[in-house]
Amino acid sequence: MIKGAIIGLGKMGISHAAILGAHPDVDLVAICDTSPMVVNAFKKFSSVKTYSDYKIMIEKEIPEFVCIATPTRFHYPMVKYALNNGLHVFCEKPFCLSPSEGEELFKLANSKWLINQIGYHNHFIGTFRELKRLLNCEIIGDLVHFSGEAYGPVVTKEKGNSWRSVPEEGGGCLYDYASHVINLVQEIIGRPIKASGTQLKRIYSKGVEDAVYGILTLENGLSGILSVNWSDETYRKMTTSITVYGKKGKIICDATEIKFFLKEACKKEGLEKGWTYRDITEFAIPVNFYLRGEEYSAQIDHFIDCIKNKKQASYNSFEQGLHTDKVIKMLIEDYKLQKPWTK
Amino acid sequence: MDKVIFGDNQFFAINHASEEKAREQSIRFKEDAAIIKVLDYAIELGINTFMCTTHDRIANICEYIRCNPSKFINFKIYPCMPYAHKYANAVTELGIIGTIKQYVPGNPFNTFAKGGLAYLNSDFIALMKLLIDAEMKMFHGIKTPVIFIQNVLVDMILGLKMFTIFKEYDSYIRSNYHAEPGYITMNMPALLDALNIVGIENPIICSSINKIGFRMSGGIEIYEKYLQEKCFRPMAMQVLAAGALSPKEAIEYLNKFPKIESVLFGASSKVHIQETKELIEKNLHDLPLKNEFMHPIYNDSSKIVIRS
Repeated sequence: MIKGAIIGLGKMGISHAAILGAHPDVDLVAICDTSPMVVNAFKKFSSVKTYSDYKIMIEKEIPEFVCIATPTRFHYPMVKYALNNGLHVFCEKPFCLSPSEGEELFKLANSKWLINQIGYHNHFIGTFRELKRLLNCEIIGDLVHFSGEAYGPVVTKEKGNSWRSVPEEGGGCLYDYASHVINLVQEIIGRPIKASGTQLKRIYSKGVEDAVYGILTLENGLSGILSVNWSDETYRKMTTSITVYGKKGKIICDATEIKFFLKEACKKEGLEKGWTYRDITEFAIPVNFYLRGEEYSAQIDHFIDCIKNKKQASYNSFEQGLHTDKVIKMLIEDYKLQKPWTK
Repeated sequence: MDKVIFGDNQFFAINHASEEKAREQSIRFKEDAAIIKVLDYAIELGINTFMCTTHDRIANICEYIRCNPSKFINFKIYPCMPYAHKYANAVTELGIIGTIKQYVPGNPFNTFAKGGLAYLNSDFIALMKLLIDAEMKMFHGIKTPVIFIQNVLVDMILGLKMFTIFKEYDSYIRSNYHAEPGYITMNMPALLDALNIVGIENPIICSSINKIGFRMSGGIEIYEKYLQEKCFRPMAMQVLAAGALSPKEAIEYLNKFPKIESVLFGASSKVHIQETKELIEKNLHDLPLKNEFMHPIYNDSSKIVIRS
């Protein structure tokens, strides 16, 4: 059994706690949170030890890994402390508030040969994996354009005062929703190296943006658009999609299905000319425990497997999280250069 | 429980295989009248149980049911609470305390007259009861013989190993609502073990049961083993595996498991409702001593497996 602990029990932390709690190879020994309500709930109903100071928890419990799901501004000191104490780290997204912090942590993790993973869970959704596979097969030929989108109903009224309304703390749609889309584009299509025409729009929030629009140019020269809005209540929940246009066709992919149009049949893949629809029932990654989606369990399974096999894997490393942080910075800097046409 | 239970996903843009279809459904069911029309089809076809989330719009449907008692004489609702996205989005925006403030009627910190927040911090069961009462308000005057907790919450409690919460829920639903507690889960075998550990025997468990093992966590083999060997009252959902299976092959598969009492399904057209209903009635076994724990089928000693 691998001993683990969690710091931060908000929505994601509780979800990770349940998934780790159900994992057959993990002994979740302790949790840490500053909210007395959350800590008391664990004290009362569960057998894990509870702490309000993560340093004391790590010192006393000596876990092999820690899962960090605190607000983003705490990631840097907590991850650093955990790495310096020889712990493998699973850290929620986004990685850090500044690329310099992320750079330091990524180098530290690698120098100590510690497993590191960021919670960009979309990479554990079968349809997005299939999109990557199809693009690697060059099924739609040379790429001409892409769009990365995410919409959902997080802030739909003018109110709310949590850390998410403070830009310096990594609140806002850019760090939250948009980071997922940027990370998907970066790992599936290509790494963005330039942002232009960026718009960070406030719709209902006072201190932060509710929507992010802009153009990303990738290292391979391809450009595409980013369109993200977390104040869109025409969506029941967060809906993320990637559309890729190529000379030989087009692919539209989201968490439930992948649809593609081919100008010509592809014999190698056994695909006909015209539209093909495939859904998640075909691509879902099997998991032993399900909570809210296979991807949340599959990413934890992956992290635990990496610890067991002592091998850093290719999905969601700190280095990849760091690149997403760099793109976020590019978008902010580009926005500052623009005239503020909007609020 | 009836063999045929009519669900509500189609009314609320929930489609596990297509965002596009989900959008179409949300447009089609924009008005409550469109939902009521489909419910009318179901009733005409002899379906008398509607299983629904505690979505805000269900309150309007409940109001309609109360205003038209003659139409809904034998009609029952199985509420499923909570409507998870309502809370999940609120937690992202408002935090946990903010969410409680928003959804517990009145000021929750006054509701707990003695000690306000401090009391809330320690008495989770009192909070759970307040939230159940808040969710159940919309169903007053309507028969709710089975009351379910939604899978997100069930599976969270399951993973956190906070099994005594199930026990508290179970007794509150029985004592306060004189109803049978039900559990929706994506992890049926693990849940049944957990419920048994806290002394909940022969529970009603609604879980995915389909031929291709879609959303049957841990694998189809252990699900089939539990369906054949364990004591519980299974309700099958996601039998069509989000549309990957035809209704005929999907429901014929259920015939292998005589213990399955009910099938939950949603459809929007009269033809589909009729077809699915007939298939369910044809393929689901009759339980002669319905709801009886010691039914001979359940008590076959050759099938008893001792849990480790």
